[in-house]
Amino acid sequence: MSMHTKYKIQDLNLHYGTFHALKNINLELPEKEITAFIGPSGCGKSTLLKTLNRMNDLVEGCSIDGTVLLDGEDIFDRMDVNVLRRRVGMVFQKPNPFPMSIYDNIAFGPRTHGIRKKAKLDEIVEKSLRDAAIWDEVKDRLDKSALGMSGGQQQRLCIARALAIQPEVLLMDEPTSALDPISTMKVEDLVQELKREYTIVMVTHNMQQATRVSDKTAFFLLGEVVEFNETAELFSMPKDQRTENYITGRFG
Amino acid sequence: MKRQKILETGMSWLFALCACMSIVAVVLICVFLFANGVPAMKEIGFIKFLLGTDWAPKNQPASYGILPMIIGSLCVTIGAVVIGVPIGLLTAVFLSRFCPKKLHSVLEPLVQLMAGIPSIIYGFFGLVVMVPLARMIPGCTGVSMLTASVLLGIMILPTIINLSESALNAVPDSYYEGALALGATHERSVFFAVLPAAKSGILAAAVLGIGRAIGETMAVIMVAGNQARIPTSMLKGIRTMTANIVLEMGYATGLHRQALIATGVVLFVFILIINLTFSILKKRGEKV
Amino acid sequence: MSSRTMALPKQRIRTGRRSNPPEPTQGIQSLVLRVLVYGAAICTFAVLLFLIGYILIRGIPYLTPDLFSLEYTSENCSMLPSIITTVEMTLLSLVIAIPVSVFTAVYLVEYAKKGNKLVGLMRLTTETLSGIPSIVYGLFGMLFFVTQLHWKLSLLSGSLTLSIMVLPLIMRSTEEALLAVPDLYREASFGLGAGRLRTVFRIVLPSAMPGILAGIILAVGRIVGETAALIYTAGTATELPSGLFSSGRTLAVHMYCLSSEGLHTDQAYATAVVLLLIVLAMNTISALIARKLTKN
Repeated sequence: MSMHTKYKIQDLNLHYGTFHALKNINLELPEKEITAFIGPSGCGKSTLLKTLNRMNDLVEGCSIDGTVLLDGEDIFDRMDVNVLRRRVGMVFQKPNPFPMSIYDNIAFGPRTHGIRKKAKLDEIVEKSLRDAAIWDEVKDRLDKSALGMSGGQQQRLCIARALAIQPEVLLMDEPTSALDPISTMKVEDLVQELKREYTIVMVTHNMQQATRVSDKTAFFLLGEVVEFNETAELFSMPKDQRTENYITGRFG
Repeated sequence: MKRQKILETGMSWLFALCACMSIVAVVLICVFLFANGVPAMKEIGFIKFLLGTDWAPKNQPASYGILPMIIGSLCVTIGAVVIGVPIGLLTAVFLSRFCPKKLHSVLEPLVQLMAGIPSIIYGFFGLVVMVPLARMIPGCTGVSMLTASVLLGIMILPTIINLSESALNAVPDSYYEGALALGATHERSVFFAVLPAAKSGILAAAVLGIGRAIGETMAVIMVAGNQARIPTSMLKGIRTMTANIVLEMGYATGLHRQALIATGVVLFVFILIINLTFSILKKRGEKV
Repeated sequence: MSSRTMALPKQRIRTGRRSNPPEPTQGIQSLVLRVLVYGAAICTFAVLLFLIGYILIRGIPYLTPDLFSLEYTSENCSMLPSIITTVEMTLLSLVIAIPVSVFTAVYLVEYAKKGNKLVGLMRLTTETLSGIPSIVYGLFGMLFFVTQLHWKLSLLSGSLTLSIMVLPLIMRSTEEALLAVPDLYREASFGLGAGRLRTVFRIVLPSAMPGILAGIILAVGRIVGETAALIYTAGTATELPSGLFSSGRTLAVHMYCLSSEGLHTDQAYATAVVLLLIVLAMNTISALIARKLTKN
């Protein structure tokens, strides 16, 4: 395995007030692979995901210790949080396009980071939409409101929006939980495609989804990482009894 | 048991009757204003009344043109909006997205207080503080369109702040988070993702502010100078429709009195249009 | 493996550079926006505090016992008669406005069926009422109560005009308070065999009381501060009104007369202080009630 490590998480502990939400997390997420976080709800998988681009900063009473290294650089230390989020895109559970046109949604990120030239923006918008495999569906109505799209289209738009700032990592927080099966399939195919250029971390409730798309899987329980391994291995021969209980449906 | 049933029905009718009072009130207000104002407009001539530039009820023959007052009202209202809307909106942004919780619990009652201060006090404050200040501007008489605009701008602040803040608070967090996740700063996320989403609510706030400004009477009288002529400069005096009514109603008789009531009718029509716009915008805001 | 580890330090340098000042455009833009937001907020609250402070500081020294003598003369400019008139006017307006507006809210929340056309009309008209400026109320009161009903410039004309004006205010807060009463209470009451009326008076209204009270106090503030609606309905007589049909000036009208005459600026300051303190007190009480309400 000559994989480069993108994220290195060391002794990470996170508290919401007095609640110990993440306990001694140690993980290494490989570059240009898909890592899935699975586990019952409330187990901390979303919390860890949000820690990776510091969206937890918004939560009141949240305190973190330990280190998270992105390409060897501590994201809590000297790194500008906006730069971190530029390098690490995020796709949310519910599609959240802005209430503006499709074009402006995609251009929001690049404009934020100082790109003003129309020609350049046009190019980025088209490339992002193509990469998100939604260009053909929307190319004739770029100036229409994004809120008029279907849920599945909205989610792929949000992925395109995240791609438009050319991130290195894409965090996805149960990206298909609000979608119908066909849209889910489209998003999963898309994620497979994106793996070639991006490191992807995906939280999912759906174990089948984890087996279908991910290379590696981490199983979370009560704020701890119980097991982290190649997806195929984790699901076929779990080393921990609790993992086995979960994947065979004994709880959660 | 029977007595109770009678009481039940009786009271339910009483409740319904009370509920009809607002309808009765609006109908009465419309009927009495229009019945007293419209004949005067007819007598003077609609065009002459609305577009006439001379208001000289003491002249022989008298002339009743309220165009100066209409323009006056519009001018101070525009002035108030230019000052009040940006400041009010930015303050609302502060209260909604920048202000720590503890500070918010202090500032929020202050905004309510600001809304509760009587207009006569604002007017007095304008008279004793702002008018002398305005006199320092070369060419300004002190009582002027500028002073009235600034004062009205302050007075509509609480309206703008309250409504814009609730519009901003109603925007789902997902917009803000979505922008942050793209690497936008807090400020950029608020202004370019949250604010556009609250657009119609903010617009409704501005419209309601316009309504408050155009209908304001006592404060404007004290600082606007009240000259009934078409304004030529921000620094000169001006008379609004509301001021026209209050200033002259005390001694007006006959056609003059009716012309003042007709001025009220014109104001009322303006207000109705503004209210209608407001409720349309508010409905649209609720839908999104 | 080895090539990767070799690459690591290099990468660290590169990323290190990237984490320095982000995009200058966004940095400057954010700074400007932040300055604007803080500036506007400071501006708003500074003006408010300055206004209150200025009037209190300038006015309090003029609060002399003379100003509170029972008789008004042109020398002492006593405000006591107008304070008493204000109290009378307020009580009279509330006596009319409270039952009508509370019952209206009861009808809308507890009795009216959804989709009733009349209810839509009622909402439209209350919304219209709340947008009408006070001068228009004043005109209407003058035309209807004073002229049409021949009640002259009087306490009654004035308070009826005011009661229409505060109708939407009390109604809206009552409606909100009623809507906040959990249906559980109503069901429990019905379940015990209580009729609709009994439920409303014994269960719903008492639990909604703080909200209704907050609305009433706001209405008091509005009545106390009102001027434009009163000048031509209640008039500006300086002495105490002798009955419902005699004229009298409230404190706010008194203050208007003083400050527009320009002869009694000192007394005007003092009157402003009293007026401001009343309004401040009303707001504080209303805010306290509202705070208690949200806590429960």
